[in-house]
Amino acid sequence: MRILLIGLSWLVASGALALDAATVNKLGFGDGDEKIAAIAALVAEGDPAAAALLQAAMDGELQVAGKRVLIVKREGAVDAATGAKVSPLPEGREDVIFNNRLRRELGGALAALWLISPDRAVRLAAAKELTGNADEAMLPLIKKALAKETDAGVKQLLELTQASLELKTGAKESRLGAVRTLGQSTNPNTKMLLLAILEKNKEGVFTEPDEDIRIEAQKSLRELEARLAWGERAGVLFTSVSLGSVLLLAALGLAITYGLMGVINMAHGELIMVGAYTTYVVQNLFKRTEFFDWYPLAAVPASFLVAAAVGMALERLVIRWLYGRPLETLLATWGISLMLIQTVRTIFGAANVQVENPAFMSGGIELFTGVVMPWSRIYIIAFAALVLFLMYCLLTKTRLGLFVRGVTQNRAMASCVGVPTARVDTWAFGLGSGIAGLAGCALSQIDNVGPNLGQNYIVDSFMVVVLGGVGQLAGTVYAALGLGFANKLLEAWQGAVLAKIAVLVFIIFFIQKRPQGMFALKGRALDA
Amino acid sequence: MAGGISRRLYGPRGWAILALCSIAIFVVMPLLNLAVPAHSPFHVSAYWVTLFGKIMCYAIVAVALDLVWGYAGILSLGHGLFFALGGYAFGMYLMRQIGSDGQYRQPMPDFMVFLDWKEFPWQWWNSDSFLWCAMLVVVVPGLLAYVFGYFAFRSRVKGVYLSIITQALTFAAMLLFFRNATGFGGNNGFTDFRRILDIPIATPQTRMALFAITGATLIGTLLLARWLTTSRFGRVLAAIRDAEQRVMFCGYDTVHYKLFVWTLSAVICGIAGALYVPQVGIINPGEMSPANSIEIAIWVAVGGRGTLVGPILGAGLVNGAKSFFTQAFPEYWLFALGLIFILVTLFLPHGVMGLLKKRA
Repeated sequence: MRILLIGLSWLVASGALALDAATVNKLGFGDGDEKIAAIAALVAEGDPAAAALLQAAMDGELQVAGKRVLIVKREGAVDAATGAKVSPLPEGREDVIFNNRLRRELGGALAALWLISPDRAVRLAAAKELTGNADEAMLPLIKKALAKETDAGVKQLLELTQASLELKTGAKESRLGAVRTLGQSTNPNTKMLLLAILEKNKEGVFTEPDEDIRIEAQKSLRELEARLAWGERAGVLFTSVSLGSVLLLAALGLAITYGLMGVINMAHGELIMVGAYTTYVVQNLFKRTEFFDWYPLAAVPASFLVAAAVGMALERLVIRWLYGRPLETLLATWGISLMLIQTVRTIFGAANVQVENPAFMSGGIELFTGVVMPWSRIYIIAFAALVLFLMYCLLTKTRLGLFVRGVTQNRAMASCVGVPTARVDTWAFGLGSGIAGLAGCALSQIDNVGPNLGQNYIVDSFMVVVLGGVGQLAGTVYAALGLGFANKLLEAWQGAVLAKIAVLVFIIFFIQKRPQGMFALKGRALDA
Repeated sequence: MAGGISRRLYGPRGWAILALCSIAIFVVMPLLNLAVPAHSPFHVSAYWVTLFGKIMCYAIVAVALDLVWGYAGILSLGHGLFFALGGYAFGMYLMRQIGSDGQYRQPMPDFMVFLDWKEFPWQWWNSDSFLWCAMLVVVVPGLLAYVFGYFAFRSRVKGVYLSIITQALTFAAMLLFFRNATGFGGNNGFTDFRRILDIPIATPQTRMALFAITGATLIGTLLLARWLTTSRFGRVLAAIRDAEQRVMFCGYDTVHYKLFVWTLSAVICGIAGALYVPQVGIINPGEMSPANSIEIAIWVAVGGRGTLVGPILGAGLVNGAKSFFTQAFPEYWLFALGLIFILVTLFLPHGVMGLLKKRA
């Protein structure tokens, strides 16, 4: 649909209509085959007026009245051949019917015409449309377009289409060349073309009589498969790292608060949600200004501060009073999470809200056909790395970090040497909550923002913390990335749900073996 | 001897209250529901019978959780799983009892016809037998709890860690049951039951019978739990809760004590689930959601941990409030529930029972 829209805007911009009347009449009045011939003739003309006519036919705007063919749009009608305005509308008009076969022809023809558009996006879309459903009649047009094409991406797609067409018709030399070109492709569809060459019919005889071509096809196929396999691996790698970074962001804050106070903060997921909704609000503030693309610059600190403020309030009002009763803390924070969810529902409604990506985060890099790395995810990986780095600096280079580490390792001793543990608790809790807010800000770019956002991440972030162990950032990092990889690898193999179940079951068993996680601080206590 | 046990369980006042409750369940409710005509102001409608029946099922679960949390110090956030497993096991039987009366008029349950399955998957073996399914109700939750508990307690997983992995367990099970391929109806679970033991399920008499059975199970569970916790076993359990290491160094194998009470608790939950399904008429994977299991914990906390009677009160109070709120102010129920969680943990560490004791 997008290609149609882009194409349309180009068409509207193009000049007045003037086409061969006979061809137009054939399109309007002829039978199926005549219509196809007319479409081919229009494509050969290759001018914008022809494209406009075909688009009108595609959109069901073509009507006949008497001997004239009309393009009837909402704003008025024009004569299809001359482009002259027709008003008032003549009586007794009839729609020109295009059946599915003809619509297919029309689609291909339009794509071929768009290939010569001056707009690169239109050409790219058209070239994509053509891969796999081009028609021999379009070969000259594609060649013409190729000769003029300057953009590498479009060119590559066109070469592929050309090769697949030449494979069907051309002389031996051009076919051999075509097979070689196909071998360079990264498009999974070309595999079918190559496989077709190597097929045998029922009697066990190759359908392709020429052995050279078969050998060449075999070689190309091997190259192609190797490349596709790499593409797939790269894709899995990317999604794994991406999931890992999301998990890391979600779990980092939890690791601090849990490590420090030994309490599981069930409202952690809702702090993520608070961050996401803060991003939403900031985005709305920027919406009508020209600085919309800059809103993340404001949203990141805002979501940190809001979530941190909520977290510190929680610590002061509730968690502080439940010291030494971790199970009760768990229940109380769960109550807080319910209230936060309902608050958000009351203010913003139960439905998901729309957080738009800034322009520089939409789109992505297409490694291979079908393997796209979205910019939003790339930025989130970078963002997670940045947050991790800042956390590391904060914990190892600042006084607060020193206190936090001290309290985590031995609260009583830290208190004895004069660390204000109560204040450290509040600040550290605020820090952990703020990081949850940052996670929410990042997640708002790739996930649905709704009242249940936090619930979807809470179990996962617990698993990361439990797996990684407490007191070290390294554990959290390894656990997050490890879970990301495990999830995605299993997912490719067994589907998303079973992968998740397998990971959960694995963690349950892992905890039996190493109750303190992968990277526990060593100690002698039986009760850790 | 019998007198000794009865004295050990409750004093004269306790027994009197219990007798009053029994009369209410077995005499007053059936009379008001079945014998009093529908237009009379004293008539108790089917809605209330089902609601009380449901709450009694929840109360059984609350007593079961109190056994492990209040007496052994193990906070399970996965008891909803055992409850749901019992429900599913009995639901299988109820699904088979529908026979060919489903939407598709086929001998298979509707969801299987819909998925175009030609024969029953292995989980459904012998599921048309009442006894077999009744056995599954006990065995499946019990076995799962035993295996899980064996590994967890042996490696001394405890505290919040144990809570979190029980939560992970129920979460994983929920995902599993959401799949159609698991063979238990996916998202929709089981519903639309027609008969139980070939008796139509929707009649007032059947409803009352189920209600009475649930009441009897609740009272039985309470007495069993009370008997257990006042025995020597119960004292060891409480000692484990308060200082596990000391009990270990005294020569007790704490793993077995914990494992026994944990498995028993799961089995009781399974039975409660089996009683819940025919009364409420539906079971789906939502019952396994972590939120449901945490709610069970709050029933216990509201009533008072380690009191057995408290959790029954708590289940009644919280679920009564839930029924009231979801009808009167649906948008405020989560606020109310959240507040209950916070206020009870902050200000009522011993729950309602603690308040009552302070008064007395």
